[in-house]
Amino acid sequence: MKLNMPRHQQIYAWLLLFPALALLAAFTHIPMIKTLWRSFTSSGMQNNTGFTLDNYRYLLEDDVFWQVLSNSLWYAAVTVPVSMILALAMALWVNGKIRGRSALRLAYFTPTILPMITVANIWLFFYTPEIGLFNNILGWFGHSGYNWLGDPDLSLFSLMLMTIWKEAGFFMIFYLAALQGISRDFYQAAAIEGSSRWTTLRRITLPLLMPTTLFVLINAFLNAFKLVDHLFILTKGGPNNATNLLLYYIYENAFSFFDAAYASVLTVVLLSILVVLAVFQFGVIERRVHYR
Amino acid sequence: MSFLNIQGLSKQWADTRVVEDINFEICEGEFIALLGPSGCGKSTTLKMIAGLETPTAGNVILNGQNITNRTPGQRQLSMVFQSYALFPHLSVKENIVFGLKARKVPVNERNKRLRHAVELVNLGDQINKKPSELSGGQCQRVALARAIVSQAPLCLMDEPLSNLDTKLRNEMRTEIRALQKQLGLTVLYVTHDQVEAMSMADRIILLNAGRIEQMGSPQALYNEPASSFVARFIGHPPMSLMTRDKHLIGIRPEHITLCKSGYSEGIATHNPNKNPNNNASVIHCDYHGADTLISVDFQGSALMLSLQGHHLFQAGHPLAITWESQHEHYFSAKTGLRTANL
Repeated sequence: MKLNMPRHQQIYAWLLLFPALALLAAFTHIPMIKTLWRSFTSSGMQNNTGFTLDNYRYLLEDDVFWQVLSNSLWYAAVTVPVSMILALAMALWVNGKIRGRSALRLAYFTPTILPMITVANIWLFFYTPEIGLFNNILGWFGHSGYNWLGDPDLSLFSLMLMTIWKEAGFFMIFYLAALQGISRDFYQAAAIEGSSRWTTLRRITLPLLMPTTLFVLINAFLNAFKLVDHLFILTKGGPNNATNLLLYYIYENAFSFFDAAYASVLTVVLLSILVVLAVFQFGVIERRVHYR
Repeated sequence: MSFLNIQGLSKQWADTRVVEDINFEICEGEFIALLGPSGCGKSTTLKMIAGLETPTAGNVILNGQNITNRTPGQRQLSMVFQSYALFPHLSVKENIVFGLKARKVPVNERNKRLRHAVELVNLGDQINKKPSELSGGQCQRVALARAIVSQAPLCLMDEPLSNLDTKLRNEMRTEIRALQKQLGLTVLYVTHDQVEAMSMADRIILLNAGRIEQMGSPQALYNEPASSFVARFIGHPPMSLMTRDKHLIGIRPEHITLCKSGYSEGIATHNPNKNPNNNASVIHCDYHGADTLISVDFQGSALMLSLQGHHLFQAGHPLAITWESQHEHYFSAKTGLRTANL
């Protein structure tokens, strides 16, 4: 595209763009390119060892990677839809005319205010086998309880539960704001037309919430891959990598195993997943979203 | 038997009474305008009839059935909103048949009604567009079509034309009235615009502060205003009122003339200072094209008169005005109610 503007205006434009461009380049684009470069040209902590595909060959053979990838995908596939549906349900509820809805809204939003580390510590107390809240409650019903974080079959599920608890309240705020932006006239018109609650929800509320849903969906997926703080507190990826997620595995490789080359390869994988998601979301779904 | 019967309808918000004990009856096929200044409770009344607001007291009886406690969808009425309330994500067609789908009307019947309604409101080429691609007037037509396809015997309209420009408003006024007659609809039409009410309605219900001030034909409201409020509200410009003892005397601007003696030589050339009949002085002139509105000070009261043509007098210019006593309206100064002429 050729810009038809005088030279001094072009300089202004570039000057105005400069701070954002500099920050984006320094902390996003250059590291990305460097990571890609290093994934092909380094080995362990050594750089510039010449072009090699060894790092990628190792990736394919790495059983832990495949488990971590599957964990991450499951983690996203469960936490994203569940927390979004919960968020929508809570928003619809606290948007109605109910007593104490301000208190309720606040209660739902509280988990979002807390840092992930704090949340993880609270939930550590819930999950602890001997003195934990959950097992105590199960104990009242004569159940011996579960090893929530120690059982490989259960630990990823436990993490998902906590994530949903943390995320749903955050997404609820977006849905609530969007719901309050929908004109009451639409609902009155629908009521006059004899539309049932379910029909109104399906044919009016949900379509009008689609822009919000898309926004929340993108954020939810990014968070699912981005949030690993709780792993440091709760499981450290264990037991036997049952709860290891991609970003945490990258961290482990880079800073615990000091294998920067392999960490770069894993980062490329993570970036690829996010790019595919972004293309899908903006390319496919956005076309079906109605923007006012 | 009356078609719609409103009995003692009231609405109270906390301590404020928005609508107080409203009673009226409408016959089938009538076009009724609910007229009043903003905040008089006309929209609230309409919404209570529609079931969108719950009345504090009173009954709504439609076709002999008490529908006060029914949901809006069960009341067999349609409504046109001021904002049109068209669903922005649905096409014109889907907007129009929304209610029919919700009520599970069979496809054949649905399409038949859709074609009919689209033809009536002249929307043929637009039915696959989204509301955002339509002009205000076209949106209004979609809203009308949505009301028509429901085939509800009673149609409520809440200031449907107030978002349109003047020219379009005049066109739609004629069109809505023609549609109403053609389909035999019973229409209850809320407006704050007396021109709409006067030109469209069979009868007008004039509301003030939550009460019915007067109900009757447009001529009745114009010729025999029941109270000083009606007198001040109806007419453009409205009636001028003067206080005399315990009465208010009202006279319409078009009934005030200049004295014959002052008229003989033509107004512009007449030398006003020598006219012995001078009894008023000009305060302000407002030129409207066909006529000029002149406010004058007449024995301490402000009166409005309208003269044909262009007249611009200086403030303080003396005039000799008169009117026939048959055009005087008398109201009690205390209650504001109409009293017999003295």
